[in-house]
Amino acid sequence: MKADRNQAVKHKGVSYAKWGYIFLIPFFVTYLIFSFVPLISTFYNSFFENYMSGLKHIGPNFVGFENFKTIFNGDLLKYISNTIIIWLMGFIPQIIFSLLLAVWFTDLRLRLKATGFFKTIIYMPNLIMAAAFSMLFYALFSDRGPINNILMNIGFLKEEFRFMTSVWATRGLISGMNFLMWFGNTTIILMSGIMGIDTSLFESAAIDGANSLKIFTKITIPTIRPILIFVFITSMIGGIQMFDIPQILTNGKGTPNRSTMTLIMFLNNHLFSKNYGLAGALSVILFVVTSILSIAVFATMTKGITKKKGGK
Amino acid sequence: MDKKDKKAKLILTSERTISYVVLLLLTFLCLLPFYILLINATRSHPDIQKGFSFLPGKSFFTNLKNVLSNENLPVIHGIANSLLISGCNAILTTYFSSLTAYAIHAYEFKFKRALFLFILMIMMVPVQVSTLGFIDLMQKLKLMDSFIPLIAPSIAAPVVFFFMKQYMESNLAIEIIEAARIDGSGEFRTFNNIVLPIIKPAIAVQAIFAFVNTWNNYFVPSLIIKTNTKKTLPILIAQLRSADFLKFDMGQLYMLIAIAIFPVIIVYICLSKFIVRGVAAGSIKG
Repeated sequence: MKADRNQAVKHKGVSYAKWGYIFLIPFFVTYLIFSFVPLISTFYNSFFENYMSGLKHIGPNFVGFENFKTIFNGDLLKYISNTIIIWLMGFIPQIIFSLLLAVWFTDLRLRLKATGFFKTIIYMPNLIMAAAFSMLFYALFSDRGPINNILMNIGFLKEEFRFMTSVWATRGLISGMNFLMWFGNTTIILMSGIMGIDTSLFESAAIDGANSLKIFTKITIPTIRPILIFVFITSMIGGIQMFDIPQILTNGKGTPNRSTMTLIMFLNNHLFSKNYGLAGALSVILFVVTSILSIAVFATMTKGITKKKGGK
Repeated sequence: MDKKDKKAKLILTSERTISYVVLLLLTFLCLLPFYILLINATRSHPDIQKGFSFLPGKSFFTNLKNVLSNENLPVIHGIANSLLISGCNAILTTYFSSLTAYAIHAYEFKFKRALFLFILMIMMVPVQVSTLGFIDLMQKLKLMDSFIPLIAPSIAAPVVFFFMKQYMESNLAIEIIEAARIDGSGEFRTFNNIVLPIIKPAIAVQAIFAFVNTWNNYFVPSLIIKTNTKKTLPILIAQLRSADFLKFDMGQLYMLIAIAIFPVIIVYICLSKFIVRGVAAGSIKG
């Protein structure tokens, strides 16, 4: 009977295989047209001189690695460091608060009330349109905006503070928005990791007299390490993609003095002015960096999946 | 022993107090910008210029009417375009990602593992790195300034695929598919009539995410769309930023931001349970 069934399944497996391919066609055709061909063409473009000089179109002429040289000799390093600084200024508080919150939400002894409400609120900014959020902050923190007004009314400021002219205030606003948008998401991801830990581990540690800090450093952190790595790298990839918020806040100029110009804003400028050579070179650099990071995510994730299966 | 108990209790109470204080502070931070937005959307331009007030004004409908009939800013078109593109994306991406996940989940064929790994590998590649080639291709295909480049790519969404595949693994038994086959159901019909209803909860969550992501998307649409009446809401907001900010009616400005933000918040509040659960289940950033 059993052998019979196995044979039947095998037989089916053979005769239905073609449907597997058929159902994959839409995905791969779409991917090929809208992602793969553009990616190859981006690589191709990076080796050609191709831009607008006034109304005159120059190129495309093959120039080898000239575009890469030009871009590295330009302000690329400045934009890389801008991006990293702004990302870190948001990510450090993000990971600290997310870890704290995730631990508190899952702590059986604390038994916090209204966690559902808090989770709902802190996740909310993640769904907000970044462009609108940034425009909102621009209005709120403008010279005569509500924040200056409130700070002056409570006597904190004597005269209005011009946020958009200060390098660190502008960077701080961008990181602050990034923080608000992402700490809820990170909290939920970390929580799902912590909830996967066997509760008896916490209980026995508590019975042995371990305090919260000890439980946190000796049990929680080591067990959720793969998820922490996942959060760290995906957030870094997200940081590299940072665009909407600084673009709208500074009107695409990275003011003051290009101190908030991120890599994708730089790319956007080249795309907009149709300098395809430099845009291509920059895209290739970004592709290489994100690919390396993706492979790292992939490695931790596949580890996580097999672990989850083993545990359940 | 008693002393130790008391001490432990004291520590627990102080820990609890600290966590509530931090949580309330973060809640306040999350809500304050939206509260100010809501208040200022109901106040007229002169009122807003006079200074901030914590109480709402009476100009909600005036602001709404003004911004919807603003001649330089096709807001009604913007809303309609955003709704159309986001709706199409939500439908296409969930349907085809389910189909792709089903192909990997339910069938055995050559190169299946390789294809699956390939989709996982491309999951993290940001769309920005191929945007140059994308625009170049759209120009050659004469698809610039059309909605097709903003809708069609959603058929291939590796992240949604991954979520669907995971959901199917724990919720879709192969036996059900085999039973359908015995009943004489064709493969395509089995997918549409039996598989889709089973994975409805996952589809709902992903449809919401896809809708919201497209609704919020700014980078690619801003490079593709040129005609004023084809612009989506994020592009209109960016346009507002590049216009002379100080001369603009602040009541209208806040109202436009509110139009872009509050529909999403309202839907979110109604469905927050599913959404938060969906984030935890997927563990993938959108």
